[in-house]
Amino acid sequence: MLQKLYSKNWFITVLLSVLLFAFSVISLFVGVIDIKISDLFRGGVNLELFFITRLPRLLAILCTGTGLSVAGLIMQQLCMNKFVSPSTGATLASAKFGICIALVFLPASTLWSRAIFSFVFAVFGTWGFVWFVQRIQFKDTIMVPLVGIMFGNIINGCTSFIAYKYEITQALSTWETGHFSMVLRGRYEIVYLVVPLLILAFIFSNHFNIVGMGKDFSQNLGVNYKFVLFLGLTIAAAITASIVVVVGEISYIGLIIPNMIAMFKGDKIRGTLVDTALAGALFVLICDIIARVVIYPYEVAIQLIVGIIGSILFLFILFRKLKHGRKAIRLDRKKKGGETA
Amino acid sequence: MNVRNLIKKYDGKAVVDSVSFKIEKGKVTSLIGPNGAGKSTVMGMISRLVAKDSGIIDFEDKDLSQWKSRELAKRLAILTQHNNVQMKLTVQELVAFGRFPYSGSHLTAEDAEIIAKAIDYMELTEFADKYIDELSGGQRQRAYIAMVIAQDTDYILLDEPTNNLDIYHATNMMKIVRRLCDELGKTVILVLHEINYAAFYSDYICAFVDGKIAKYGTVDEVMNKETLSKIYNVDFQIIEIDGKPLSIYY
Repeated sequence: MLQKLYSKNWFITVLLSVLLFAFSVISLFVGVIDIKISDLFRGGVNLELFFITRLPRLLAILCTGTGLSVAGLIMQQLCMNKFVSPSTGATLASAKFGICIALVFLPASTLWSRAIFSFVFAVFGTWGFVWFVQRIQFKDTIMVPLVGIMFGNIINGCTSFIAYKYEITQALSTWETGHFSMVLRGRYEIVYLVVPLLILAFIFSNHFNIVGMGKDFSQNLGVNYKFVLFLGLTIAAAITASIVVVVGEISYIGLIIPNMIAMFKGDKIRGTLVDTALAGALFVLICDIIARVVIYPYEVAIQLIVGIIGSILFLFILFRKLKHGRKAIRLDRKKKGGETA
Repeated sequence: MNVRNLIKKYDGKAVVDSVSFKIEKGKVTSLIGPNGAGKSTVMGMISRLVAKDSGIIDFEDKDLSQWKSRELAKRLAILTQHNNVQMKLTVQELVAFGRFPYSGSHLTAEDAEIIAKAIDYMELTEFADKYIDELSGGQRQRAYIAMVIAQDTDYILLDEPTNNLDIYHATNMMKIVRRLCDELGKTVILVLHEINYAAFYSDYICAFVDGKIAKYGTVDEVMNKETLSKIYNVDFQIIEIDGKPLSIYY
């Protein structure tokens, strides 16, 4: 019985891990300068290059993919809405606004101070959005992300206005469309903050689930609803901010990856968090490889590729929901024999 | 559980006005009354979901507000109709949350046993791996009850458990309530709209009108023509079936 509680199909997890490993290796050896595996043992310029750009890039990609998808997962649970994510919940827009403010008022700001600004704004933006949504209590679930997108656009408008006024549009454009080409050793390490935040998210995953069931439900189980809600949103905002400040805005990941994993594995976060993280990393990794080879030897911003593939996947999810509601895809269906609908 | 002078005001208007009563342990008590009589608010306050303005709720020799939330969750469970039904949790995962006040995220072998028993008791074993949003309304309600059973509390509070259920499932629900009390020795308090369910399945009835208790007593004491007509402002006839009073209103 206890085993049954824990060992839910591991097939997807293993598959994702293997794919992620394979694509990670490919990613390390794709680029203008041809680095061979043998170079790693021989040393020299290529080895140095490997540690200055290729490895940091891979690590940044992995952190971005896992971070944004898990941030989306947490936000969807806490807001009880499958269409909420950092990009549809004003988190990304607020994080960018924070960077803009840092650029204007602290022109000599370091990466760290920008990250702090970005984090503070992302937290307040997300809290504000969730507070608003909970107060109004929309009947239609699609209203919540729509309000989030509008909210985000208003914040983006403020960002653009300030950027024009202080002539920093050019500087700010680095963060408008996310890309990994500027990820170099020494200027991306903030993104590692994602790792402890993910561990924290895993520890509190059952709390997030319980809060996602509703206020009465959590109080019945002695879980402090407001505290967990704020904690979860803060974790999501911190993850988003530490990614945005390094690679810029990448949309869709937090929206589609948790939804796709939930189709197979349900909403119990303990069971889906690892898969969501792996799938997010894999998605970003594949998009990045495409971005690097599509106009080789140049590369396009990954946001472009993510936008195209992401919107297709998103449409797929939408149509599937219209057709089947939220019916789960069950891999073990055949074993069990006839399902009663 | 002993309630004294409970008051709750919304915008200066008292929704619950100096309500005092004592819940008998090991019995089923139904709170009834017309809409807006304050029965649900009283339920909210005695289950700590709603903050009281003043008054004392004496629960096991300590005021409810003095209890640590997690400790209270081991003594008193509340089930409302405001749960997120879209969540894709299996019955087993849902029922496992009932052990959360005891073991947090680390379930022990003993917890697993209690969970399995609770699912079995609610006859949901064959649905244990089904998602709750795939169940019928009656099955889902049973899954929530199974969670509350796994929570292993002395007191079980149910806010309109027959809401949105058809006659078959609602009757089943009330039979379950009776079993919770008779077989498992729980003290059950429920808010009901349907007077006859209250009459047939509970031991005590507490009738509310305008935020005050109109009548509190055993079923026989409350279920008479004069009292009910006064509470609901409708003509009542009381007939007896199986030795229990049932009301007819029109």
